[in-house]
Amino acid sequence: MQKYSIFSLIKNSFSNHQNWEPAWRDPELKKEYDVVIVGGGGHGLATAYYLAKEHKITNVAILEKGWIGGGNVGRNTTILRSNYMWDANGLFYEYGMKLWENLSQELNYNVMYSPRGVINLAHSDAQLNVFARRGNSMRLNGIDAIMLSKEELTTKIPFADFSTSARFPIFGALMQPKGGTARHDAVAWGYARGADNLGVDIIQHCEVTGFDVQNGKIIGVQTSRGNIKTKKIGLCVAGNTSLLASKLNMKLPIESHVLQACVSEPVKPFLDHVVTFGAGHFYCSQSDKGEMVMGGDLDGYNSYAQRGNLPTLQHVLSEGVAMFPNLSRLKMLRTWGGIMDMSMDGSPIIDKTHIEGVYLNCGWCYGGFKATPVSGWTFAYTIAQDYPHELNSKFRLNRFHTGHLIDEKGVGTKTWIG
Amino acid sequence: MLEIKCPYCGKRSQNEFSYGGDAKIKRPELGKEISDKEWDNFVYYRDNPKGKHSELWHHISGCRQWFKVSRDTASHEIFKTAKLDEDL
Repeated sequence: MQKYSIFSLIKNSFSNHQNWEPAWRDPELKKEYDVVIVGGGGHGLATAYYLAKEHKITNVAILEKGWIGGGNVGRNTTILRSNYMWDANGLFYEYGMKLWENLSQELNYNVMYSPRGVINLAHSDAQLNVFARRGNSMRLNGIDAIMLSKEELTTKIPFADFSTSARFPIFGALMQPKGGTARHDAVAWGYARGADNLGVDIIQHCEVTGFDVQNGKIIGVQTSRGNIKTKKIGLCVAGNTSLLASKLNMKLPIESHVLQACVSEPVKPFLDHVVTFGAGHFYCSQSDKGEMVMGGDLDGYNSYAQRGNLPTLQHVLSEGVAMFPNLSRLKMLRTWGGIMDMSMDGSPIIDKTHIEGVYLNCGWCYGGFKATPVSGWTFAYTIAQDYPHELNSKFRLNRFHTGHLIDEKGVGTKTWIG
Repeated sequence: MLEIKCPYCGKRSQNEFSYGGDAKIKRPELGKEISDKEWDNFVYYRDNPKGKHSELWHHISGCRQWFKVSRDTASHEIFKTAKLDEDL
């Protein structure tokens, strides 16, 4: 692998950057693999990378029906955080934060990890109390958390509406200083390059059309480019999980919903942190290019469309304007939608299934991007060892049967109805 | 913007409605002995198809009636709406 450094940059500048090696190969599909990963998004690529690096399983194929990084890893709002209250989530995502810290060095690819701090605004005394409880739980799990007063916030986010006449006045906030953002495409490309370098075959434009199961064991995968033999497959297909699982006659506790995000025209630096609105569902940060990156609620009905409707966007942005009134003067540059695999308790599923050799990585709801490294790391462990790692031992499929749900928001069980 | 035809009020815009999920899910009969698996299926497990989906909607900012909608989850096209006691 051609190493990226200041020296290789200078060297290649002499030849007008015409002689860079491709970051990954475009290999032919082999007849047989030890492990087949379905889905060349962040989680699939990370899984293949850690399978090769941590478990020395290198005869691996990633099958992607489109192009790598074209799904949700290219459609999110790039936020990283581990500000969770329940142990299962807190410890899992915090391990992920540790992986984020060194990811650029590990992959020799700048993922532009920016620990700019994630601020959750509170709009009542009661909410401030709930946030203090969450902050304390986080600190007990070794996660950084601080409470901010209204006065401290006025210097951190001066453009927020601090007036007492605001519909939802700001009382204070919970902040995770190490939370922040990363460059989403670079994460996909970095993992792809790393996995390819370790011998993983990345096969793009190759759709999985069926599975060969014999005596309760997976023996092969049918694809648009031919059949492959394999003993293990890992599904990392986010919103399409139910469709592939139905080809295995499996029904899952998942609904697919569309979530929209948008960016504004670029403006001069005006927001240093990631900020979330506590009286609704809205979050924003400012990209390095100056665009405001914003997102919020699901459209609220089952969808595979990768595009949403304006009423939801209007609702989300009206929350944004309530928080930062000057957002109302910005023009929108782009809006888009991605398909979320909404699990019934809001937490992910990383587990083996009743079919031997079939592994499941799904149910990421709104929060898959930040989990990319730790999801790949634990899923690779689960596939290699045929058993979940301690970190994902609570994210098992049978929790919906045993009642050990991880409902972080405390909303209880629900199908995703708006 | 979806335009949904409420069987009681006619065509209205999406923001008058709220979504109620899969219309085919049936709550197990009251008092009937059922297995844990049947109960799990009722509470958590959904078909989640890509394509035609029959679902419940609530005209929450209108007549407040629940009704059934047949809609395509990939194109968002609405094929038919019906009252709860009618077939889709």
